[in-house]
Amino acid sequence: MKEEIIIAGFGGQGVLSMGKILAYSGLMDDKEVTWMPSYGPEQRGGTANVTVILSDEKISSPVLDSYDIVIALNQQSLDKFTPKVKPGGILIYDTNGIHNRPERDDIEIYPIDAMDATLEIGNPKAYNMVVMGALLEAMPYKLPMENVVKGLKKSLPERHHKLIPMNEQAIEKGKTILKK
Amino acid sequence: MKGEVTLMKGNEAVAHAAIRYGFDGYFGYPITPQSEVLETLEALMPWETTGMVVLQAESEVAAINMVYGGAATGKAVMTSSSSPGVSLKQEGISYIAGAMLPALILNVMRGGPGLGTIQPSQADYFQATKGGGHGDYHLIVLAPSTVQEMVDFVGLGKELTFKYRTPAMILADGIVGQMMEKVVLPEQQPRRSDEEVKKQCPWAANGRTGLRKRNVITSLELESSKMEIINHQLQAIYKEIQEKETRWEEIGLDGSDYLIIAFGSVARICDKAREMAAEKGIKAGIIRPITLWPFPSEAIEKAAEGKKGILVVELNAGQMIEDVRLAVHDRIPVKHFGRMGGIIPSPQEIVDALEEKIINA
Amino acid sequence: MELNEIIREENKVYSAPELLDEVHMHYCPGCSHGVVHKLVAEVIKELGLTETTVGVSPVGCAVFAYNYIDVDWVEAAHGRAPAVATAIKRLWPENTVFTYQGDGDMAAIGTAESIHAANRGENIVMIFVNNAIYGMTGGQMAPTTLIGQKTATTPYGRRVDLNGHPLEITNLMAILDGTCYVTRQSVHTPAAVRKTKAALKKAFENSLAKKGTSVVEIVSTCNSGWKMSPEKANEWMAENMFPKYPLGDLKNE
Repeated sequence: MKEEIIIAGFGGQGVLSMGKILAYSGLMDDKEVTWMPSYGPEQRGGTANVTVILSDEKISSPVLDSYDIVIALNQQSLDKFTPKVKPGGILIYDTNGIHNRPERDDIEIYPIDAMDATLEIGNPKAYNMVVMGALLEAMPYKLPMENVVKGLKKSLPERHHKLIPMNEQAIEKGKTILKK
Repeated sequence: MKGEVTLMKGNEAVAHAAIRYGFDGYFGYPITPQSEVLETLEALMPWETTGMVVLQAESEVAAINMVYGGAATGKAVMTSSSSPGVSLKQEGISYIAGAMLPALILNVMRGGPGLGTIQPSQADYFQATKGGGHGDYHLIVLAPSTVQEMVDFVGLGKELTFKYRTPAMILADGIVGQMMEKVVLPEQQPRRSDEEVKKQCPWAANGRTGLRKRNVITSLELESSKMEIINHQLQAIYKEIQEKETRWEEIGLDGSDYLIIAFGSVARICDKAREMAAEKGIKAGIIRPITLWPFPSEAIEKAAEGKKGILVVELNAGQMIEDVRLAVHDRIPVKHFGRMGGIIPSPQEIVDALEEKIINA
Repeated sequence: MELNEIIREENKVYSAPELLDEVHMHYCPGCSHGVVHKLVAEVIKELGLTETTVGVSPVGCAVFAYNYIDVDWVEAAHGRAPAVATAIKRLWPENTVFTYQGDGDMAAIGTAESIHAANRGENIVMIFVNNAIYGMTGGQMAPTTLIGQKTATTPYGRRVDLNGHPLEITNLMAILDGTCYVTRQSVHTPAAVRKTKAALKKAFENSLAKKGTSVVEIVSTCNSGWKMSPEKANEWMAENMFPKYPLGDLKNE
């Protein structure tokens, strides 16, 4: 098993922390993991992206040309990374604010309404966990939910552990919004 | 050694490793992209547990001179910085080398020259491997390619720097500093007691216990005949290090037609490129120098036998390539592929460069 | 009276300090460093600190202090002695650590290290020999060179418009919260020597009591650099240096 994933969006959408929780969850499931951010000025309001690799084997390059799974959370990221989904790979994007939809017939494309779903559960801060739910549902590698919860515990500081049930709820919600 | 498995950034991992490998002191000054080392140490408060001293100095210059002072007393001390800061430290590093002291310096390289960029780079290869400061000296230079190696080289660097009383540098790029990976932290090693330090380092200046003869730590000797002897002593140590401590990794050399040479995280990108090239029927092997000084010249010379060409991939304009060319005596084509300014090449770019510069050249 | 009747233990009024090596010093005849070295050696011995003291020598005339005073020494890069001493003291808190610096080391190239070590209140002693000139390199201008004073790099006298003002770094040290004792002394008369010794003793005691940083400035002569006889240099110092660098405690807490 090897999943090469990039999560891309605006700074402030929780892209890096979602990547971190995903990486921790993989670690809890005994996988090799890398988490490679784009950092610098991009952290401040521009696009932010993070590459997460989960694998049974030692991981070589943390930097990739193409991905098994692309998660694009704004138009810029969608335009940039749609061509970089491997044939047969998966593209998940939030429809919110998207005017040019991706056109490829050699990959699986999942438009999701993650922002709407987040508003439904009434917690805008859990947006990235809704997206995470959609990812977990779409990803061929099935990450057990118990390890995702362990990953949440590991990546959140202790004082935020009371928020874990709310995050779990957001992930569960995200799993339900995945439609082709 | 079974330790704690966790996920963390290379910079954070160095802080944990410094405590767990029993360092006595860390002195540093914040600079991107390695400030997490000092931040993590301050958050972990090791002075409450192991007794390790952590101090934010007023400058890079003060920090390296604190390291010099601590090292002069036989304590295990270290600092960390990034390229512009390491330039400022060069005077102190030269003194540490000249006074034959053990110390560990981490450079998480960013793009230069000048203030440059905060993005990853490997452009301090020359500075690290050819001395850096004034005078004839070398550092033991370790180049980690994973977060795990960031941790392991804190331990290895400590061991080697004390063994040879020669300063050691971990030369990392911003990628290994900033990326998070699975890492196994070592079990806590106890710090040496003051008595143990005095016993292990009878040369150190930490007080004339038992009214022993006084110890003086200095790099000064105005009498030329004596200063030449000191230089010969240093060179003898460097020769021994070259003989015993050269380290490298070989990947897929058997049956390969081409050789790729890269260090640090770039070697991992090259590994992916190697796999992609293999799918096109191109057989390339990799040598990853782990010690940049001493440089694995003999291993490269041996691996180059019968190869059609060598591609050296670096995040700079071509620095390590000079050592590679010396190693193979220019018997086969040696070409360089580099990105600068903080840009990281993708595996495909490396495959393209291999085809363009070597295979189809 | 025969000579051997006089040379008896009970008649002894003075002896060479035990920690001062019997070697020829490289200092010029008439230089203040020799006296200051003697006092430092005496104070360390009298306080029983021989086994626990580490000195940090500077770049400047006192670079070879490690050849004369019989304690452990670390020779620092130019100006960096306070940083070096900081680490030694922090890593060996039970040791006594002092720096011995000239005006160039303390107040020019090492100003940042001096000010910040004192500001952190490091429990060290900083001994500052101010002779208003660079002796070691051949008599160039120091940060403390007086206005009008001729040196190799101010051959027509120091000018404010060209060279700025003499730096009273000890006064700066005195206003820092990290210092507990800041004093300015000299060694040009027996009385002054006695006062300086008392000041050094107090500084070392402060260090033992972990009260913060103690700074002992010693306004000194450099008869070679000043191109005067030792006697004339003492007179010149009293006449010209003391008005700018008045003797006495600047801070004593």
